[in-house]
Parts: sequence; structure tokens; C-alpha cells
Amino acid sequence: MPQSQELQDLVVQVRRDIVRMVHQVNSGHPGGSLGCTEFFVALFNEVMELKDEFDMDGKNEDIFFLSNGHISPVYYSILARRGYFPVRELNTFRKINSRLQGHPATHEGLPGIRIASGSLGQGMSVAIGAALAKKLNKDPHLVFSLHGDGELQEGQNWEAIMFAAAKKVDNLIATVDRNGQQIDGATEEVLPMGDVAAKFLAFGWDVLHLEDGNDLSQVIAALQEAKTRTGKGKPVCIMMHTEMGNGVDFMMHTHAWHGKAPNDEQLEKALQQNPETLGDY
Amino acid sequence: MKKYTDQGSKDTRSGFGAGMTELGRTNPRVVALCADLVASLKIQPFIDEHPERFFQVGIAEANMMGIAAGLTIGGFIPYTSTFANFSTGRVYDQIRQSIAYSDKNVKICASHAGITLGEDGATHQILEDLGLMKMLPGMTVINPCDFNQTKAATLAIAEHYGPVYLRFGRPVVPNFTPADQKFEIGKALHLQEGSDVTIVATGHLVWQALLAAENLENQGVSVEVINIHTIKPLDEEALIRSVRKTGCVVSAEEHNFLGGLGESIARTLATHHPAPQEFVATKDTFGESGTPEQLMEKYGLNNKAIEEAVLKVLKRKV
Repeated sequence: MPQSQELQDLVVQVRRDIVRMVHQVNSGHPGGSLGCTEFFVALFNEVMELKDEFDMDGKNEDIFFLSNGHISPVYYSILARRGYFPVRELNTFRKINSRLQGHPATHEGLPGIRIASGSLGQGMSVAIGAALAKKLNKDPHLVFSLHGDGELQEGQNWEAIMFAAAKKVDNLIATVDRNGQQIDGATEEVLPMGDVAAKFLAFGWDVLHLEDGNDLSQVIAALQEAKTRTGKGKPVCIMMHTEMGNGVDFMMHTHAWHGKAPNDEQLEKALQQNPETLGDY
Repeated sequence: MKKYTDQGSKDTRSGFGAGMTELGRTNPRVVALCADLVASLKIQPFIDEHPERFFQVGIAEANMMGIAAGLTIGGFIPYTSTFANFSTGRVYDQIRQSIAYSDKNVKICASHAGITLGEDGATHQILEDLGLMKMLPGMTVINPCDFNQTKAATLAIAEHYGPVYLRFGRPVVPNFTPADQKFEIGKALHLQEGSDVTIVATGHLVWQALLAAENLENQGVSVEVINIHTIKPLDEEALIRSVRKTGCVVSAEEHNFLGGLGESIARTLATHHPAPQEFVATKDTFGESGTPEQLMEKYGLNNKAIEEAVLKVLKRKV
């Protein structure tokens, strides 16, 4: 299924935004951001039903929660480029007096953000609460969430995973970014998690596999498929396999760029691999 | 001199339960969550009348706090309910990030606070919760003194936007505040006027302060008694005005003297009107098993302890 040039252009531009943002302040998390670029582009531009204006309650629209808040660069870029706030504001990322905090925050009223995240493992519970609110409000829209795989080492996730299945929270689509990396190394070295999909299944979820989370067509297809599986008594999990650092060759196949910014030379190289498409901020 | 009488002793947690029953009927946006302690929190009537607005999360307090934060997105006012220990220390980071920093309209309702939980012992007796909660920016911290005031506070916090920590307890204590008294968040209540010393008490210690004041009056000491039900924001104006008059203060709380009401009072007075202060509180210690009365006696939290503190602070007045 070929995707429009427009979405492909957006993917490339978001990658540029990510590396430029973290380079500018010499901090931030490019690896996971790049790995999830296709997911964000698909979700916010093809999959979710969104109102034009942001409001905190998000009634009568789909809503999204980012649990692994450190990949804020991709989140901010997507929100800005979808019109939630001016693209030039990306220039303030991680700087003083900015709404674009190192990790997402509601504190300064940045449109698009409904919960602070950064301390890991809390987003699934919040997404469940919002999904329950939608049911109480008889709002047929969905709640989406994204979680790192390393993040699943936090115990609160498993409280939430147990609850969501037990209470049939079937208007929730939780995606796990299975990039196999965390700060100290490969997840299989730091704390092997076994078969994560099997664990979700055992807890009573419906699980989809997304083999290449960096293939835009596959991502859109998986998210659309997940939507068809909602409302059937089970929460839905997408096990999304991605490559951390995708789209910048020297950031791929390593955990080294989890939370490290490129230097001037590296930035130049990264930008050469991703030529400007929609205009830099 | 206004005298207070016990209208019939009850537990403050039942005041919470009664408040929830009323809220269930009057405010459709109020939802309740509980982590496997429904009977202890007295919310069965709410559940019976509004099963769709109740969420039993099981023994998973961290998840409960996150779900509560999520429920506010969509316009609901979630009341979480479990013991104080499991409402605070166990879930501090969840409250900090998902509720306080995110400015979510969650009401954290905490029963079995303090040492008067009794026989269960120190694993369940939290004496640090007021400090933990008052340090969170934006968090309102309330510790009512009896059944009526707990019920009134339960109703009042629904009308206030923002995260609230509401602390109450297990033991049966005198119910002496008027049933129709409106609860104003952040407003100290003068229970008794006096000129020699100010006793500022919160929670279960308010009644003990009144008992101590009565005894002291008989010894010729003129005692002012203030009920601080809201630890944060603290009614600094009422406090300063009183201490300007009396020149000394005794703080009384069922909490560690590190981080509690007493320290908030000391900070306020040090800034605006320095005055001698004595602390009736636990002294950086864990509790233990025993009856509430035995524990209040052993840990210096009853009317006798307040009386001694008053006599001590009076000697320090310049």
C-alpha cells in the first residue's frame, strides 16, 4: 500500500526536527524519537479522529498518551506540525521559560499534552482512566497510548495490564515500542523480559504484531487493524518492532543514542540523510 | 466562652462515607475508586447507589492513582480511597507526576491515618503523610477533626478544582462541630478565645486541645484554641493575629514533628512574628501496636501532653 508523498515528507521533516532540537540544546533523546517517527506520523495524520482545537477533556475525539515521555522531541514535532502550536516554538525545546519541557508537561499549557510523563510506567494507568471516562461519557472514540519496552520493567504497568483486561477496557489501544534497547544496553542484557506479547496475551489482551514499525504502510495498517478489534471486550496491544535511531544510519543498531545529542558534524551528516521537505522550524 | 459538647462519638472515616453518599446523589461527576478496602472506607452506600461510578482496582494503589488522573480527562472528579499509608508513601511518584505536576482534579482520600489506627502497628500507621503531601506544589492538604467536619470537607473538595489530600482516621472520637457548619478550605476555625497561649490543633488532636484548654482555664490560664483543618494552604493570617495577642503557641497533630503542621506554623511565625512554640507530635519515630488511647498516651499525643506543652511554652514567653 503506497503512502502519499505528503506523509513521507512529514516523516523526513520530523526526523530533521528531532536531531536539530536535541543538537541545539545538546540534550534530549533522539534514538527512541527517531524509532517512533512513523508511528506518530501515522497516528496523528491517518488514524486518530481529532478535533481542530485542543481541549483537555478530549471529548468526542480520539486521544493519545505518551508514557515513555523521554521521546518528547518526536511528540513535540508532530504536535506542532499538526497545528497544535507554532512550529517555530520547537526552537524553545528544553530551554528556560519554554512550554516544551525536557519531558512532556501540562504545567505550561502546551496544547496536545494531557498528562506529564517521564518518570516511567505511569501512562498505561492514565490511559485506562481516560478510556473509562469515555465509556462513562458514552463517547465512542478511542484512547491510544505508547510505551517503551524497557518501561515495562516498571511494576505499575502490570497492575494496569491486569486491570484493563479484567475490567474489559476495550476502547484502549496500547502500543509497545519493542526496540529492544534501554539506557544501559539491550533489554535482553539489562533485564530480559521474555516473550512480552505472550505476557499480554496471558493477561487477557488482544495482541497484534507489527513487524516493521518503521514502515509507514505497515504502521498505518496495524493501527487500522487494531481499531477494528476494539469494542470486543478486550484491550488491544500492538507489539511494534522498531529500530532505535531509524533514518540516521550512525544512530541505528545501538543503544548509544538513547539520550545523547549529535555534535555539529554528526548533525550535518544526519541532516544530509534527511533532506529538508516541509521547511525547518 | 463557647463550650463544645460531644454530640455522639463516631469515626471520621464514617464522615467520609456519609459525604460520599451525599455526593453520589448530588454530583454526577463524582466517581470513586478503592483498592480493596471498601468496608474500611465506608463507601458501600455510594457503590450500591451508583455501581457504574465506582472502580474497584484491587490491591494496586499505583494503578489507582493513574486511573484517577485519567478519569479527570473527560470531566470526572475521582475520589481515591484507601489507607493513608497506601495513599501517600506507596504512590508518591504517581501522585507527584500524574496528579500534582499534571494539575489533575483528583481527591486523595486517606483513612486510618496516624497512630490511632492502633493494633495493626507501624507498617500501617503513617506519621509522615502530611509532610509528603504538603511538599507537593499545588496540593491542598486537609485533616478534619470529627465526623461532621470530615463529611463537610468531603463535600467541599468537590467544589474546589485541583488535587486534594483528605486525611481522616479509624478511631471513634467525639463529634462536636456543628452538623451544618460550612467547610471553607484554608480557613482556620477559632474554637475558643484566649489571651495567654494559642493552641493550634488538627485532626483528632483538636478535641484533645479543647480538653486541655478546659483544664488549663481551671488553673487560670487563658487559652485560645484554633482548629486548623487545612494544613495547606495554611491560614497564616489567623495564626499570626492570634499569636500577636497571646505571644506563644503550641501545635498539636497526630504526625511526625518533622514535616507536619507544627513546622508550617514555625515557618510562618519565623517569617512574620517570631514566638516560642512547643510541638505536640511524634518525635521522629515509628509507631507500634496498641490501643489508640495507649498509643496517644505513650507517644505524647493526648490532652495531658498538650497541657504540659502549654505550661512549658508559657515559661518561655519573654
